[in-house]
Amino acid sequence: MSATTRQPSTDRPTTAPPAAGAPAAKRRMPDRTTLRRLSALSRAELTLLVRNRSALFGALLMPLLMVGFLLTLGDTLGLGDGNLSVAAVIGTSAIGMVLLMAVYSTLIPAYVGRREERVLKRLRTGEATDAEILTGTAVPAVLLALIQCAVLIGAGSAHPSLSAPARPDLLIIGVVLGMLMMVLMAIVTSAFTRTVESAQITALPLFLIAMMTSGMITQLDTLPDTVADIFRIMPFTPVMDLVRAGWLDAGGGDVTRALLLALAWTALAGYAVRRWFRWDPRQ
Amino acid sequence: MTEHVIEVTGLRRRYGGGGSAAGAKKKGTGIAGAALGRKRGGDDGKGFEAVRGLDFSVRRGEVFALLGTNGAGKTSTVEVLEGLAAPTAGTVSVLGMDPLTDRAAVRPRIGIMLQEGGFPSDLTVTETARMWSGCVSEPRPIQEALEMVDMEDRASTRVKMLSGGERRRLDLAMALLGYPEVLFLDEPTTGLDPEARQQTWALIRRLRDSGTSIMLTTHYLDEAEKLADRLAIMHEGRIVHAGTPAEVTAAQPSRITFRLPAGVAPAHLPVSLRAAEYVDRIEIRTQNLQDDLAELLLWARQNGVVLDQLNARTASLEEAFLDIARQQPQYEGAL
Repeated sequence: MSATTRQPSTDRPTTAPPAAGAPAAKRRMPDRTTLRRLSALSRAELTLLVRNRSALFGALLMPLLMVGFLLTLGDTLGLGDGNLSVAAVIGTSAIGMVLLMAVYSTLIPAYVGRREERVLKRLRTGEATDAEILTGTAVPAVLLALIQCAVLIGAGSAHPSLSAPARPDLLIIGVVLGMLMMVLMAIVTSAFTRTVESAQITALPLFLIAMMTSGMITQLDTLPDTVADIFRIMPFTPVMDLVRAGWLDAGGGDVTRALLLALAWTALAGYAVRRWFRWDPRQ
Repeated sequence: MTEHVIEVTGLRRRYGGGGSAAGAKKKGTGIAGAALGRKRGGDDGKGFEAVRGLDFSVRRGEVFALLGTNGAGKTSTVEVLEGLAAPTAGTVSVLGMDPLTDRAAVRPRIGIMLQEGGFPSDLTVTETARMWSGCVSEPRPIQEALEMVDMEDRASTRVKMLSGGERRRLDLAMALLGYPEVLFLDEPTTGLDPEARQQTWALIRRLRDSGTSIMLTTHYLDEAEKLADRLAIMHEGRIVHAGTPAEVTAAQPSRITFRLPAGVAPAHLPVSLRAAEYVDRIEIRTQNLQDDLAELLLWARQNGVVLDQLNARTASLEEAFLDIARQQPQYEGAL
């Protein structure tokens, strides 16, 4: 077991010697190297997600449970009070649930866990850029959420009192912007979260605000105008407005406004990431 | 062969006043240093200057060790060289480039092992290596990297099941994945058992012999003495000694210590010995240990004096290091 029994080569094999030409060679295919790093990071992250029961439960089963809950109690809660049918509210709310649970609530502990185990710090010493490291962590949750959204839209379209998306373009924009906003918000929230366990608590403020204000469990047009107006500018509401406009063609002239608001909140979340995110452990 | 792979000129690094993110990184022993810095440097609460004007360079193919007590500024220095932090003042160049602004060009050619790196505890060793390998431009085969640190038999073990020493070796293996030209090792053998330490030293020597330049920090004197071609000893953010281990050692005096029996005054000692009296001992510092010791022993025999606790030590890196530690002022009296 002596160190001298084996002498693995310490020289780089035949490939380009490390010389002055290296920087130029590096730049030949930035997109491809980015993709390669992202897939390596995402693959590791997916393995971690699959091995973590509670994270997997939160990402896959929670949205389903919430939809089941609304299906059972929708009428009692008065979900159909307003312009939309109960099925329309549940169908679009389900997309919102996926964004909030499979993306936002799943990613906070992921970022906190990687930070506290000094994985982020370690990765930053390598070739991957900051954006690649942060994106790599998000990819598996985002992919799972996209699959769930596709299944929901497919199932919803087959439902007798719903139809296929009226404006698929708007629906896609809504879902994509929603994903991006939730990822950025999760990164920001992780900065204010000490441990993986406390992520359940730090996720609550945005989660509850989103549930209450975005028309997921109460239709906004049944509320007093001033309240509805305030709710419409809250972070998650423009995303849901776009989803509703895309699927149900509801919302009309407010679409531009919703789009601008969603972009503004996403940009703000991006700024907050730059301002508050930390790579070093808090413990 | 005097090509320099690392050049540092006038490097300073200050952790901002108040509670900046960078300042929060100083912990534990750093706090004593911070208090000291304010008192001595008189920088009036404008934060803590961890690195106070460093100049040194590392030649291609050598092992350069940065030695120092905890809080001396070793890690703060290395973080700038690794491109993880910006210098407050001064310039650093790694492979002729700025490690921060030319990050994309520098990183593929260097390997970094942090003092406290981390890997996800639920991944196996191989999965970790695969993740890391995917982030390296021209990766070494994973199997080979694991063999270099004797970890191939742990390939399917989860990281959380590894011992502290095995984690350090995995960390080292990841730093080696990209065939680095310059390798940064921040306390590479801390937490390793003696056998693993020897193996890591052997690996570092092999890497050096194959042309890798290695900058390592350590607080193990034997590690620096055995591995380093050149070294610098840091104290309170400055380099206080630099050179080859032999040069640094040669600059130190040898030391003879003993106690005189009651009734024999130090004044009776031969004048040429330049003895100094301390509370518990007499101490002679000398550049000529053999002659001075002979003179002392002859004097003792001629006068029938018993030298209690006689101790003669030749100059060593340890002496140089302890000498610095002794210069640390006492806080208790100062406040």
